[in-house]
Amino acid sequence: MREGRGGVSAGSKVCSRLLLEEFRKTQARKTVSQHCSAEMEVVTLPVLHRMAVCGGTHGDEMTGVFLVPELERQRREKGDGIWPIALTTVLSNPRAIKECKRYVEKDLNRCFTSALLSSSITDSTPYEIQRAQELNSLLGPKETEDAIDIICDLHNTTANMGLTVISYSFSNWVCLHLFKYLKEKVTTVPVRLMLLDIPICDAYSLESVSKYGISLEAGPQPQGVVRADIFNFMKEAVNAVMDWIKIFNSGQVIEGGEVESYMVEKSIDYPRDPETQRPSAAVHPQLQDQDFCLLKPGDPMFLTFSGETVKYEGEPRHPIFINEAAYYEKGIAFHLAQKKNITIPSIQAKKD
Amino acid sequence: MSSRGSPSCFPEARRVAIFGGTHGNEMSGVTLVNMWIKNRAEIERSGLTARPFITNPRAVEKCSRYIDTDLNRAFTPENLSTPSGDGLPYEVQRAKEINQIFGPKGSPDAYDVIFDLHNTTSNMGSTLILESSTDHFNLQMVQYIKKAMAPESCMVLLNEHPHLKYSTSRSVSKHPIGLEVGPQPQGVLRSNIFESMRAIMKHALDFIELFNSGVEFPACSVEVFRVHERMDYPRDTNGNITAMVHPHLQDCDWEPLNPGDPMFQTFDGRTILYEGVSPVYPTFINEAAYYEKQQAFVTTRRETLAANSIRKTST
Repeated sequence: MREGRGGVSAGSKVCSRLLLEEFRKTQARKTVSQHCSAEMEVVTLPVLHRMAVCGGTHGDEMTGVFLVPELERQRREKGDGIWPIALTTVLSNPRAIKECKRYVEKDLNRCFTSALLSSSITDSTPYEIQRAQELNSLLGPKETEDAIDIICDLHNTTANMGLTVISYSFSNWVCLHLFKYLKEKVTTVPVRLMLLDIPICDAYSLESVSKYGISLEAGPQPQGVVRADIFNFMKEAVNAVMDWIKIFNSGQVIEGGEVESYMVEKSIDYPRDPETQRPSAAVHPQLQDQDFCLLKPGDPMFLTFSGETVKYEGEPRHPIFINEAAYYEKGIAFHLAQKKNITIPSIQAKKD
Repeated sequence: MSSRGSPSCFPEARRVAIFGGTHGNEMSGVTLVNMWIKNRAEIERSGLTARPFITNPRAVEKCSRYIDTDLNRAFTPENLSTPSGDGLPYEVQRAKEINQIFGPKGSPDAYDVIFDLHNTTSNMGSTLILESSTDHFNLQMVQYIKKAMAPESCMVLLNEHPHLKYSTSRSVSKHPIGLEVGPQPQGVLRSNIFESMRAIMKHALDFIELFNSGVEFPACSVEVFRVHERMDYPRDTNGNITAMVHPHLQDCDWEPLNPGDPMFQTFDGRTILYEGVSPVYPTFINEAAYYEKQQAFVTTRRETLAANSIRKTST
């Protein structure tokens, strides 16, 4: 999971813009201007060769912690041929997994900015920064030709978010098409797209190491618990991602269309006691579990311990990550997002 | 059914404690107790002192269940009598301190009643936990609370099992009561769960105030679920879990589990059935903290206990 705060972090290195431009040129050859959404022709993209499924990026988010070994068990039993693409599985934060904690020293899923990936390692460098650099060597390096094509990073949330696909707004059409396909194929639970408007060098999460990275966020599930229903739809989603890759790699034209996204703008903290700084209210019962609803001015937002209702006062927006356990320490009760429809072109794999 | 003879008499329950943060990431109790430490108005009753107390402050600070060892298993006779020293696990030292303040356990100086506030990731609703089937004061109290909470349900779990019973923080008192409300993830505060726990405490203190004022509570029946057996997850030879609580059992705390009903689902999709001889009532289904304690759920048997009429000892 990640914070939705936009903006460039202070002190970030200058992105290797030249490398990025080169990378993008070799990726897409658009046959018509991007601004002409009425008649977008088919965009050709290279075949996808390598994919990683990552679990345990947060060591207490159990679906990924159990699904990754299950994929490896399938590989041992049936061989690599069961998958349409070379698959690497990764348990991202083994020390945190062992302790069943989100992280040991620092949130691993905030360690993948270009600045942190190129920082020098000393004895006092937190474990997770070192691990991020290892993962960047294994799956990246980020923003280069050698980076793995797809990372699918598995997460859970205590918020009632069903299956949420999380990606960055700079991401290419592949991620948006993956979401479109997941939304059609996974029907047991609502499927939505959350986008973060952050440039690639400041993108801090694991999947930003790949060319086309997504997080699959499934909830509600308590930390340290594996629910069978959530495990089952996450497994279904990972299989659907691979089905899509098979269809794409076959050279078929994949129809474009409209996708609905939730673009995160800001986050709201709990009201706090001025002395102790502890929250003085809980998410209001009418807002609890209503992720992706429309929150309008005057709607109840928090219920204080002394029984008062604190109402929302702002532009109508969609709250996401309502009451996520890990966000208490980050000062976040929920994020607010704006719904945005995005037109995506039809795409087709170009054989190399 | 008990005889219609004289009621069981107990001294007034004047010294009452409310424990929160025995597990530092169970937020309803942490929040309520911190609130009441700051402002006691809500828990004041005539004839008794209700002392709110954070039992595991270091775990609360870290928002983790415990630091070295589970405080709610630490009140064993061995631990309580072990000499203090630097090498002691934090929670063992803490158990000794708590025993000094609110006990000593088993002595006439011990607190009369201790309520210990807990949350669970299991779908248990509001649950009251008893450790004895013959403490008629407690039986009457839970019956009073159940009636006051209705129509919201309030189950009573009885853990008197010789092997599965454990040495809780509240066990230093004469009348220990566990409050367990779920489902709530660790580290999360849900408003509805918070308010349920607050309501239970209100009724509990009302009961004690009434009792202390001389009210006699007539004999009654109390439906309880008696702990029967701990069921672990299926594991491989390395001790790793190979299956999850089945979707049909998940969230079905307190509903009958019959022989032949689905119980677990392996990661590759196979169903494992319950093969007991008779129906049981499972609870603590998929509690996060119990993975390390080898418990997927606990089975219980439904029982009706007879509570004697009670009143306070006349002076």
